Amino acid sequence: MNSSVITFPGSNCDRDMDVALKKFGFKNKMVWHNDNELPKSDLVVLPGGFSYGDYLRCGSMASKSKIMKSVINFAKSGGKVMGICNGFQILVESGLLPGVLLRNKYLEFICKNVFVKVNNKDNSYFKGISKDTLELTIAHNEGNYFCSKDQIKEIKDNNQVALSYCDENGKIDENQNPNGSIQNIAGIFNRDKNILGMMPHPERMIDQALLGEDGSVFFKNLINNIR
Amino acid sequence: MKISVIITLKKDVLDPQGKVIHQTLDGMGFNNINEVRQGKYFEIDIEENDKKKSEDKIEEMCKKLLANLVIEDYKIIGSQ
Repeated sequence: MNSSVITFPGSNCDRDMDVALKKFGFKNKMVWHNDNELPKSDLVVLPGGFSYGDYLRCGSMASKSKIMKSVINFAKSGGKVMGICNGFQILVESGLLPGVLLRNKYLEFICKNVFVKVNNKDNSYFKGISKDTLELTIAHNEGNYFCSKDQIKEIKDNNQVALSYCDENGKIDENQNPNGSIQNIAGIFNRDKNILGMMPHPERMIDQALLGEDGSVFFKNLINNIR
Repeated sequence: MKISVIITLKKDVLDPQGKVIHQTLDGMGFNNINEVRQGKYFEIDIEENDKKKSEDKIEEMCKKLLANLVIEDYKIIGSQ
């Protein structure tokens, strides 16, 4: 299975993502933001980091870069595009996902492990995944998901909430909300579920020697679904 | 022409930075403040002498990049 990870100036999780994808069987290529064409891909990943130093708004500059035209065309024709953290911010700024990611409610950069509930398994990212809650790590300053009342209704009606912050038993309440996101949203899909944006970093949880292994659960399942 | 634009958060969007600035001003003794909202200011020098044409271009820039219309409003506040 072929994957592509886009590197923007300021991306810093691109190599971690490359390692993770390869570990679970993807043939991954790194793609520079200034390229025009995407290599043949079954999955395109926009990695975490601080593209363009988070100038103007996080992800806003990267969303206008050359390669994003191809990524947008790829996504609009049904291709699978996944954005992690800054990648999620780029997806909302490019209009591929609804809403926006604001500064965290209490103005702190948050770096810690959280539990997220998998809300929808009827898609190629989570279909067949063995766990209902995953322990993943978050590391962000702007992860406070926000959208209009009409948008949130549409997102809920179409089952577009992918992940919600919860406790280890899967209970979703305000106490488990690290950053002020509307309804504890940690990740969302587009309407067709081929595009996924999420704040947690599965690529940082792929080895016992790191922070945990629920990222492995995610990637093992992902390659099975894409195969 | 030089065009000045301000970008502000929409009314119902939480502005935690504005809140903290408000609290700090309060702590400094400026205690008659109702609310502080933080925004952005841009000065754009554009190679165009027609005011209408310049402002139309700037408006397009606001819609496409400078503002995120989900959470922000823009306003051209001066052209010279």
